[in-house]
Amino acid sequence: MRLRTLAALCLAAAPAAAGVLPPDRADALYHRYQGGGITVQGPSILVQKKIGDHFSIGANYYQDMISSASIDVLLSASPYREKRTQKSASAEYLHGKTTYSAGLINSAEPDYKANTSYYSVSQDMFGDLTTVTLSYRRGWDQIYRDIKANGVIVNDPTFHQRADHRVYGFSLTQILTRNLIGTFDYELSTDQGYLASPYRQIRFADPNNPIGYSLANQIYPGTRTSDAFSAELKYYVPYRAALTAKYRFFTDSWGIVAHTLQLDYIQPIRHHWTLDGNVRYYRQGAASFYSDLFPYANYSNYMARDRELAAFHSITLGIEASYAFSIPRLTWIQKSTATLSFDRMMINYLDYRDALYSKFDPASFKGGAEPLYTLDASMFEAYVSFWF
Amino acid sequence: MRITALLLAAALLALVTGCAPIQPWVKPYEREHLADAIMALDRNPVSSTYLNHVFESREGARGATGGVGGGCGCN
Amino acid sequence: MQNRITAAALLAALVALALPAWAAADAAADSVAPAAAPAFTLQSTSGQQVSLAQFKGDVVMINFWASWCSPCRQEMPLLDSIYRKYKDMGFELIGVNVEPDPKSANAWLKATPVSYPILYDPQSKVSQLYQVQAMPTTVIIDRSGTVRFLHRGYLPGDENAYLNSIRSLIVQ
Repeated sequence: MRLRTLAALCLAAAPAAAGVLPPDRADALYHRYQGGGITVQGPSILVQKKIGDHFSIGANYYQDMISSASIDVLLSASPYREKRTQKSASAEYLHGKTTYSAGLINSAEPDYKANTSYYSVSQDMFGDLTTVTLSYRRGWDQIYRDIKANGVIVNDPTFHQRADHRVYGFSLTQILTRNLIGTFDYELSTDQGYLASPYRQIRFADPNNPIGYSLANQIYPGTRTSDAFSAELKYYVPYRAALTAKYRFFTDSWGIVAHTLQLDYIQPIRHHWTLDGNVRYYRQGAASFYSDLFPYANYSNYMARDRELAAFHSITLGIEASYAFSIPRLTWIQKSTATLSFDRMMINYLDYRDALYSKFDPASFKGGAEPLYTLDASMFEAYVSFWF
Repeated sequence: MRITALLLAAALLALVTGCAPIQPWVKPYEREHLADAIMALDRNPVSSTYLNHVFESREGARGATGGVGGGCGCN
Repeated sequence: MQNRITAAALLAALVALALPAWAAADAAADSVAPAAAPAFTLQSTSGQQVSLAQFKGDVVMINFWASWCSPCRQEMPLLDSIYRKYKDMGFELIGVNVEPDPKSANAWLKATPVSYPILYDPQSKVSQLYQVQAMPTTVIIDRSGTVRFLHRGYLPGDENAYLNSIRSLIVQ
């Protein structure tokens, strides 16, 4: 759905690398997400190639195929069909110590079409110890709504909304010692237009309703501005391993404050294997206009019950194993790896309740007294990478 | 306002580097560990893009997920 | 109005960011003010102590390289063919490996051998003497022991600059 699309667009814009063009490579990935009643799977193909000594071009093809139904679909019985295809192309130009980069991303799913363009300039300085990057990203979204007409799911002809996004980024990477590298990253995002979901609704306490509440439309602000600051340290452990620590602070005009902490350990083993273990802790405070159950109808100007805006914390544990191999007959391939990755994400919501309990068993669970929702999800990736 | 301040700060930084050359304390021939593949800031972009996408679509926070630089500093 | 100020600031930042780079990129020339090449003695892969003084009277090219530096690895076979072509005309090529531990360098040389001498500089003494500021760095010294050519980095096509310098110095 739309939040997925927005997220994907933000992240597909990879910043430029300074001083050196990206290495030539091709990756083919299969991804699978299972959790909260839904399964999302699909491919991601990435190719990066130098043209001459100063240009590099890249392309990515990505798909999400969604099956089953999430808690939102079960709650409101909205129609369900989902396949999202994302295509992107980028180019980088290197002149001396400066890299200029530009790219386009197109994302299409039945009820959401998004186009993004991005630009960045990256500069090496202070004897190549420092890299400063400025970036700008612009997105244009078209939002539709699926409805069922004559048993077929189509776009609702009366519903067509737009959203615009601008992201400004400043990034500084600093080599601190022979074994330590640090990064500071800042991003300012602004959105305007239709920022809500066409399918989700809020609920308010309603004594007239046997289940204790009634549903109503959400009302979202028409703008959003956010700041994100992150800092990262990566350390080379003397016996040949890498340790990474990363922290991000997020705050926005919707009242959300979030902290992210990640730790990662990479251990190569002998000649072929590389193992990776990581843990991610995320904590977020709710948006100011979020509530799981509003006290009465029309409680405030803005109201939302999207669990992405709720207060929650999550822990994600990940492991990855990578095997390096060579293909004797294809000498133009310098290095190949096959990788399997598994992540387990566990989210505990602090103020979002599982409304399916009151929907399907109103006698036992009154609205507002359902257990807090928890989401456990598994992410699985299998990919091969070739460097040439 | 914030954007303007941000950009002017970056511009100032860029100009300063031209005026006051600082001797690098990690020499180009000392970057062996930094050039190691395991020290790359984004080793597997196809995987990190995917995982960041999974997180951002379920969370309220977005942005500031990566940095570039480091490496062998060759050429 | 706010958008215009922002756009102007963005443009100014981009220009300021790029300006020093454009200036520096053109300023990096290969000819240097002639200066005496600093003397050194290092151990070679065959275990012998080799000094720069041994090659006085020859045109000497010193290439600073490391096994972890991909342009260095890319360049070396080309340097090898240059060496084979000119070694009988009073030309010497020395590869100086800058790695503290020679293990990776030896492994790479075993897979991709070169015919010119390789010396180890594990304590970076010679790298500091020659003020190596990029990897790889190539220095060409004339028959009287004066540094005449310095090239930082390697991009395909740079070997032509090496050849031009070698040809002009060999006939002196």
